[in-house]
Amino acid sequence: MSQKNIRNFCIIAHIDHGKSTLADRLLQVTKTVDERKLVAQTLDDMDLEREKGITIKAHAIQMNYAYRGEKFVLNLIDTPGHVDFSYEVSRSIAACEGALLIVDSTQGIQAQTISNLYLALEHDLHIIPILNKLDLPNAEPEVVKDQIVDLIGCEREDIIHASGKTGLGVDEILAAICDRIPAPKGDENAPLQAMIFDSVFNSFRGIIAYYRILNGTIKKGDKVKFMATDTSYEADEVGVMGLELQARSEVKAGDIGYIISGIKTASEVKVGDTITHVNNPCSESIKGFEEVKPMVFAGVYPVDTDDYEDLRASMEKLQLNDASLVFEPESSAALGFGFRCGFLGMLHMEIIQERLEREFNMTVITTVPNVSYIAHTTKGEVIEIHNPSELPDSNKLDFVEEPYIKAQIITKTEYTGAVMKLCIEKRGMLQNQHYLTADRVELTFEMPLAEIVFDFYDRLKTISRGYASFDYHPIGLKQSDLVKMDILLNGDQVDALSALIHRDHAFDLGKRICIKLKELIPRQQFEIALQAGIGAKIIARETISALRKDVTAKCYGGDISRKRKLLEKQKEGKKRMRQVGSVEVPQEAFLAVLKLNS
Amino acid sequence: MAGIYIHIPFCKQACHYCDFHFSTTLHARSELVDALVIELDQRKHDAHDEPVRTIYFGGGTPSLLSGDELKKIMDRVFDTQVVISPAEITLEANPDDLSKNKIKELREAGINRLSIGIQSFRDEDLKWMNRAHLAHQADYAVKAAQDAGFENITIDLIYSIPSLSMNDWRDNLKKAIELNVPHISAYSLTIEPKTVFGHRKAKGLLTPTDESISQDQFLAMVDLFAEAGLLQYEVSNFSKPGLESRHNSSYWKGELYIGIGPSAHSFDGKNRRWNISNNQQYMRGIQRGEPMFEQEILTKEMRYNEYIMTGLRTIWGVELNYLRDHFGVDLNDLYPKEISYWKEEGKMIEKEGVMRLTPKGFLFADRIASDLFIVS
Repeated sequence: MSQKNIRNFCIIAHIDHGKSTLADRLLQVTKTVDERKLVAQTLDDMDLEREKGITIKAHAIQMNYAYRGEKFVLNLIDTPGHVDFSYEVSRSIAACEGALLIVDSTQGIQAQTISNLYLALEHDLHIIPILNKLDLPNAEPEVVKDQIVDLIGCEREDIIHASGKTGLGVDEILAAICDRIPAPKGDENAPLQAMIFDSVFNSFRGIIAYYRILNGTIKKGDKVKFMATDTSYEADEVGVMGLELQARSEVKAGDIGYIISGIKTASEVKVGDTITHVNNPCSESIKGFEEVKPMVFAGVYPVDTDDYEDLRASMEKLQLNDASLVFEPESSAALGFGFRCGFLGMLHMEIIQERLEREFNMTVITTVPNVSYIAHTTKGEVIEIHNPSELPDSNKLDFVEEPYIKAQIITKTEYTGAVMKLCIEKRGMLQNQHYLTADRVELTFEMPLAEIVFDFYDRLKTISRGYASFDYHPIGLKQSDLVKMDILLNGDQVDALSALIHRDHAFDLGKRICIKLKELIPRQQFEIALQAGIGAKIIARETISALRKDVTAKCYGGDISRKRKLLEKQKEGKKRMRQVGSVEVPQEAFLAVLKLNS
Repeated sequence: MAGIYIHIPFCKQACHYCDFHFSTTLHARSELVDALVIELDQRKHDAHDEPVRTIYFGGGTPSLLSGDELKKIMDRVFDTQVVISPAEITLEANPDDLSKNKIKELREAGINRLSIGIQSFRDEDLKWMNRAHLAHQADYAVKAAQDAGFENITIDLIYSIPSLSMNDWRDNLKKAIELNVPHISAYSLTIEPKTVFGHRKAKGLLTPTDESISQDQFLAMVDLFAEAGLLQYEVSNFSKPGLESRHNSSYWKGELYIGIGPSAHSFDGKNRRWNISNNQQYMRGIQRGEPMFEQEILTKEMRYNEYIMTGLRTIWGVELNYLRDHFGVDLNDLYPKEISYWKEEGKMIEKEGVMRLTPKGFLFADRIASDLFIVS
C-alpha cells in the first residue's frame, strides 16, 4: 500500500457523545468486523471500560475501504477521554493526520472536546466535524453547527450529519476521511523513526507496542532500539492491527503497526518513545516525549493482612501492562503492611483498585490520596513527601511547598459565577476569562493540585449541570500553609486516615469528615468517639451511639429467604472491614474525605 | 412431617404497619377459595408422602372466611393429604370478627388453635395503627373463645410503638397474662418501606422508637412472661411448656411445608418457592393449570446459613453435631474469635453440644447469625 492511500485519524469526542457507537459503525461498514461478532463498543475490550463508558487505554485498528475505484487503508487510533490520560491523548493525536470531531447534537461542544481539539489543531490535524445523534428528537443541529463553525472556522456544509444508532452519515464520513485527510508524507527509505503511542500486555507474548512510522521501514527480524529507554531488541514479529493482530514482513512509513520483541514489562515501553534501527539510527528522536509522573499517591492495603504477599504479586502483574502505576512498600500502624502507590489521577486510582478486585480477586483498602509535597526543614533539608505521616514535626518544619496546576475550564456563561465560586473555594486564582462563543466561556485558574484531587471534578459537574469540562497542566510548586489533620477513633489516632490540608480549611473539613465517618462506620456494641485533630488540638467530634438491638421481629416461612440474603450481604460487607483497635471500619470509610459531598 | 400454610389475602382495612400481601376488595373471595382448592389438588404430591401435622390459615385476615368456605378448604386438605390426629390447626383471627357464632363455626370447621391479633389493649395505639377493632373487643373475643372450648389460643402484641411508654407496655403485658392464654407472640414494631408508616417515616413524620427503649421493653417483657410461666422459645414467641406453635416451629427447624395461595411460601427441604403476590394473576394461573411461582434452589452454604439463622432465634439453638454431620463444619474451629466474643458478652452459651443465645443475645440474633454465616 503506498502512502497516498493511507489515512491515519483519531476521534475527538466528549464522553457519551457517541464515539464508540460511531466507531463500531465504521468497522461494520468497512467489514473489519463480522456483524455477529460486533459486541457493542468493540474498541473497548476491557470489561471495566465498557461499564465506565470511558476508553481507558488507547487502541488502534486498521480498516480496508474501497473508494472511487481505489483501495484505502484507514487507521483509526482510539484515544482515552479523561484528563488523567491527557499525555496519552497527545501522543495518539501526534500519530495522525486527521481527526473526526464528534459532537452530540443534543448537547453541543464540551470543554474536554475543546482541549483535545486544540491539541489536534496544534499538531496540524485536519478536522472533520460530525454532528451525531441526529435521530434524537431533542437534537439542535443548527445551534450546535454555529458552535462548531465558531470554534474551528469550517464551512457549515463541511459538517456531516450522522447517527451512530441509525447508521446515518457513515458512508459520508468514510468518503470525507479519504478525500479530506491528507496522506502521510514519510520517507520509507530514510532511517527508521517510529513513535510509540500505546502498548498492551499479552500474557503469552509479552508487551506489544503500537507505533506510527514517520520515516523508514521496519522489518521482521530487524535489530531495533528504543531511544528514551536506550534498550535494543530484535523485532520477533511486526504487523498491523485488524480486529486481531495481522503479522507482516514489514511495515512502512506512514502506516500504523505493532512490534513484538520479547519485552516482559511495560516500563520498558514508554509512550512517546522513538523506535529506530540499531545499525542505521535516525539522527534525533521524535519531539514531545515525556516521562509520565504519578500525580496522586495513596496507600493500598489488603483487607486481610495475610494477603500482603498476594497483593504484591498482583500489583507486579498489573504493572506489567500499566507502566504508569508505581508502588513501594509502606506500613501503617492501623493497617499493617501495604504499598504507597502513585497514580496518574483519581480515575486511574479507581481503575487500579477495581482491576485488583476483578482481575486478581484482591479486596483492598485505599487510603486518603494526596499529592506529592516538598517539606523544607529548619536544618535546610528538603524532603519529598508522599504520605502525610512523613511530614516533619512542626518544630522542625520550616515550610512546605505544594504542586500547582493551571486549570482550564470551559462552561456555559450562565455557570460562570458558580464555577468561579468553586475554584476560589478551592484556593484557585483566576488568571483569564475568555469567551469562546457568545455563550461559552473559558476560565483559566491557578490552583493547588491537591484541591483537584478532593472532590473537585464531581462538584464541577454538579454545579454546571454537566456543562463544564476541564483540563489541567502542572505549573510547579508554591509555598502553602499546610497542616496534618489526624482522625482519632475512640481516642486512638488512625494514621491511615490522616490528611495534609490547608490550615484555613481545617475546621470545616474536620467537621465534615467526622460527620461522613459517622455515616460510613456501622454502629457497634459500644459507643465510638470520632475526632479530628491537629497536633494535640481536637477540632471536631462526632459520636456513633452503641447498637442496642439487631434482630428482626418476625422470621416465618416467607421471611427466611429474604432475611438470609440480607444477613449474607452483611457478612460480605464485614469481609470488607478492617478492625482498627476495637472498631470495625469499612473499606470505603478510608476514602470518606473524598465523598464529603455525596 | 409436613405443614400446610394457607394464605387468605383479604382484609377489611389496611393496618398502617403491615406489608404482607392482602387486598381490601373482598368480592373475589369465593373465586379465590376455589383457586385455593385447585392448588391443593395440584400440589397433593408435594408433601412427598410425609404426613401433615399442622395446618395454618394466615393472612390477610382468615377470620373473614365464612364457615362454608373454610370447610371447603379444610375438606380438600384432608382429601389430598394424610393428616395425623390430632393435628394442630390454627387460624388467625381479628377480635372484631370473633362473634360467638363465628367461634362456633370455626370449631365446627375443625380449627383447634386461634391466633388473635390483639396488638395492644389501648385504643389509642389501635387507632394509630389503623386496626379494625377496639380494646374491649379483644377481651371479649378471647373470653368467648375460651368459653367455647378453645384452649390453645395465642395472641399477638406489638411494642416499640412511639406513644407506648414503659408503663403502658407493662400494663399491656399484665393484661395479656391475665387472659391466661398459653401462648403469646410479641413483636417490636418494624417500619416497612411500602406501608403508611414507611411513607410517614420517609417524610420525617414518624420517628421510630429509640432502640434503647425497644431494648428495655423487650427485656421487661422477657422477665414478666418468665414470672408468668411463659417460656421464650423464640425471639418473639412465648408459651407454656409444650404449647409452642408447632407450625411456626417447623419453619425454624427446617421442616417441610406447603404454602397455598397468593404470596405463600413453600419449602421442600432443599428448595424454597413462593407464589405470585397478586390475587388476579394467581387465580388465573391456577385455573389454567399454570401455577405462578418463583423458586430458589438452596446450595449447601445457603442451607447452612438458614440453619444458623433460624436455629439461633430459638431456645433449641444450633446443634454442633448436626453442623458437623450435615455441613462438615466445626463451628468452634471455624469462628473461634466470634464465638468467644459473644460468649464473653453474655449473649451466647454452649451447653451439651448446643450453641444458643441468651435472652440478651436474642436482641442481637441477626448480627450473631451473620457473624457465623459462610459466604464464599
